[in-house]
Amino acid sequence: MHGSHTTGSPYAPHTEEDRSAMLEAVGAESVDDLFDIPDAVEFDGEFGIDARSERETRRLVRTILGRNDDLTELLGRGHYGYYVPSLVDHLADRSEFLTSYTQYQPEISQGFLQALFEYQSLLVELTGLEVANCSMYDAATALGEAATLAERVRDTSGHRVLVPDLLLEGRRSTLENYVAGTDLEVEEYPTDDANVDLAALEELVDEECVMVYAENPTVRGTIEEGLESVGDLASDHDALFVLGSDPVALSLLQRPADVGADVVVGDASVLGLPTSYGMGLGLFATTDDYLRQVPGRLVGASEDATDRRAFTLTLQTREQHIRRERATSNICTNQAWVALRTAMHAAYLGPNGMVDLAERGVTRAEDLAERLDDLVGVKAPVHDRHHLREFVARVDQPAPAIADDLEKRGFAVHVVGDHELQVCVAGVPDERIDPFVAAFREVIR
Amino acid sequence: MSDRDESDADPRAEQVRYDQARYVENGQYEPLLSEKDQTRVEIGASDGDDGDDSADGGSPLPDDLTRDSLELPELSEPELARHYTRLSQMIYGIDSGPYPLGSCTMKYNPKFTEDVAALPKVAVHPDRSERSVQGTLELMYRLQDYLGRIGGMDAVTLQPPAGAAGEFVGIRVAAAYHEHEGEGHRDEVIIPESAHGTNFASAALGGYEVVSLPSDEGGRVDLEALEAALSENTAALMLTNPNTLGLFERDIEEIAEMVHDVGGLLYYDGANLNALLGRARPGDMGFDVMHYNVHKTFATPHGGGGPGAGPVGVVDELAPFLPAPRVRSNGESKSEPGYELFDPEHTIGKVHGYQGNWLVLVKAFAYIARLGDEGLADASATAVLNANYLASRIGYEVPYEPFHHEFVASAGDQDAADVAKRMLDYGVHPPTTKWPEIVPEALMTEPTEVEGKGTLDRLAAAFNAVAAEDDETLESAPERTTARRIDQTSAARSPRLSWQALEPESESDE
Ligand SMILES: Cc1ncc(COP(=O)(O)O)c(C=O)c1O
Repeated sequence: MHGSHTTGSPYAPHTEEDRSAMLEAVGAESVDDLFDIPDAVEFDGEFGIDARSERETRRLVRTILGRNDDLTELLGRGHYGYYVPSLVDHLADRSEFLTSYTQYQPEISQGFLQALFEYQSLLVELTGLEVANCSMYDAATALGEAATLAERVRDTSGHRVLVPDLLLEGRRSTLENYVAGTDLEVEEYPTDDANVDLAALEELVDEECVMVYAENPTVRGTIEEGLESVGDLASDHDALFVLGSDPVALSLLQRPADVGADVVVGDASVLGLPTSYGMGLGLFATTDDYLRQVPGRLVGASEDATDRRAFTLTLQTREQHIRRERATSNICTNQAWVALRTAMHAAYLGPNGMVDLAERGVTRAEDLAERLDDLVGVKAPVHDRHHLREFVARVDQPAPAIADDLEKRGFAVHVVGDHELQVCVAGVPDERIDPFVAAFREVIR
Repeated sequence: MSDRDESDADPRAEQVRYDQARYVENGQYEPLLSEKDQTRVEIGASDGDDGDDSADGGSPLPDDLTRDSLELPELSEPELARHYTRLSQMIYGIDSGPYPLGSCTMKYNPKFTEDVAALPKVAVHPDRSERSVQGTLELMYRLQDYLGRIGGMDAVTLQPPAGAAGEFVGIRVAAAYHEHEGEGHRDEVIIPESAHGTNFASAALGGYEVVSLPSDEGGRVDLEALEAALSENTAALMLTNPNTLGLFERDIEEIAEMVHDVGGLLYYDGANLNALLGRARPGDMGFDVMHYNVHKTFATPHGGGGPGAGPVGVVDELAPFLPAPRVRSNGESKSEPGYELFDPEHTIGKVHGYQGNWLVLVKAFAYIARLGDEGLADASATAVLNANYLASRIGYEVPYEPFHHEFVASAGDQDAADVAKRMLDYGVHPPTTKWPEIVPEALMTEPTEVEGKGTLDRLAAAFNAVAAEDDETLESAPERTTARRIDQTSAARSPRLSWQALEPESESDE
């Protein structure tokens, strides 16, 4: 039917006759007449981008991305490559999910709203907090939003935000940008063997402090042992306790509500997204106390005209389209489709599968650390702690050289110090562990 | 393609009737997962309750580091496949029918872009060595370059994960620039009253006072008001062009000069770029910094609310302030030519933990590479033709002209929100309603280039049918959608935000 296209957008169905008829209907000679652009700013150049067929475009992208090496990634530090079941891809890619937008018309969007409601409910169970929003961009921006929430709800004169010295640079820097327009100042507290240094934190927390942030597990894969004390310290000084975590960790580790967390942030796409060069899903949960200060969209239950339960975006007076410069956040487009994927992946695993996945993250990390520790010139794990998914190993030789050599043998690990590597087992198939240990043995020889 | 002239005589004759899927079980719509199953898994070293599913039977961690239990639905894959398929059938997407949601540029999302984003080589970790992800860096480099050319900008960052995040980058870049110039006292951002809510919120998040600018009678920037608003405290003016009424800011050169004269920067909100591809570029109009909404202009799927991506382009002078890292070609200088990451000299740092919404960027790159110059220019031309044609076919008044890719009609005596609800019954997605407020009972309509004449005629018929209906019909609409009119007041008055918060009687027997 539309084979007459030679140029133009392949996604506009118009025939030449259609165009003529339409121009006639609007009383214009040509499409140019419809543009009201002064000559002085009209663009008469070219972008110099050649059009391609679909097949050629696919080949182009495949060729470019073909320059990525195939490596077995033993990488984590905030972004994880768990196996995502086929169910998630096939169902999330149904075009009703993929091609709809924000549910401004809830009556025709019940399916997405329900999926997001179920996602929020998942987070409520995992965190023990009453309110979860239906997504922020990623863990770093969720942390930034937590800080601005702390500033709004704490009416002390305080301005200090305490974060661990281990905090990922990307999260720290994003947080700094989010608080740049406030009086808040970000300060580090020390860690002790990759756990909060409680004594040092106690010295630092005072009435000027609006927020204390900790992560579980830490970026070095260690599981925190003193979270209740952190929660107590924060609440004693009327500061918010913000805890960073993720759905896999939360399936097994202490429930945030039980350690006094006021806000939980983190990357929820640990479930639902495969490795995606850092693309994520900002988890954001908090207590009922701060309901009206929550950033982002919330899905709630209500009733329709037939009195049946129905879902809708709610409490929108917090949001930018209504509250403008007084909104709780500037977020509009969010990560809803990733939240859908996360909910699907969690539902696929079920509670048994989620707990099991987390427990295997503990045992597989411990097992691999033990095997590396057996090698001459390696100590693993460096920290005398329990670990989830990943751990730091000390190597006698320079770490960058070892990482390079491992890469030549097909394995990617993190370099986190002159003599420190970090190794993550999340998503690494069991059958790749033996070859990795063998390669490690070779490169440290 | 049949002749649809008859539709003028009786707008209802040609309507599409739409009955959306609806599952009802025990007087409720599709049950929640939690109503299908709830399984509690006990966690602990001594645990033995959770049956065969937990292979190791006990926790590898001491009790004081673990939670006590986890209670969630435990369902089989076929049950889940059915649950999510049913949910999907209770959603209206672009593939369901026209979606002329103004300002949102709801284009058809080409299927092949999903395939390229699913290539195995896309799935790389952000901490990989630069050497081992040359493909990713090259694609990012090429996309930076494409976007720079399309917007007339000198340097581009791909990091912001949405349009609003792009605005925030622009605001932070402006702040860093002024600080660098010894002009840190500038504390005001000027924004037209008719702008999108995120503009105000992004400026406020950056710590700026917002100075709101009224429009002139024609719906454009009022130059006198602008003159009055500008001062040595102006950090930036944020504009979209065409503006939210679809009107081109004809005085843009003068506006740019006025802003620059007081030392301010001019920010371009790229939400409306789909009007201008190949015809005008923000960089040529005097804008210093802009964001691109790739989920609008470059057809990446909106995913029920996101993810999108909001790359930011700037002129040379602002490039040193962009977020870190960016991608550059290391050219011939190196023994191994390729691409590398670098931190701009005075970077504002990061606005995302890594490099933004990578999967979305891959799709945007593929879309631009597919369309090329001609396709992009045609997309805009056709989008503008479509908006004009559709407006000419509907009875509602469109007070501001000449519009481009979108128009804002007024529902007149009718309530725009009710009009929208009734339109749902005709199998079309309604326009954005009640914004911009300068048009009473606004129906902000953006058909995009993807609707053909026949669809536009049917869409117009839906508008006209609703225009002819009485208030009672409108107020009780919709009637053919999955859910009937939903009580917003009840939702907000007693918030129920999780299945845990629902009344016990609406949950399944336990
Ligand atoms: C005019 C305008 N500006 C800014 C935005 C914000 O973009 P995003 O939703 O991608 O954050 C939007 C769309 O939502 C818009 O329509």
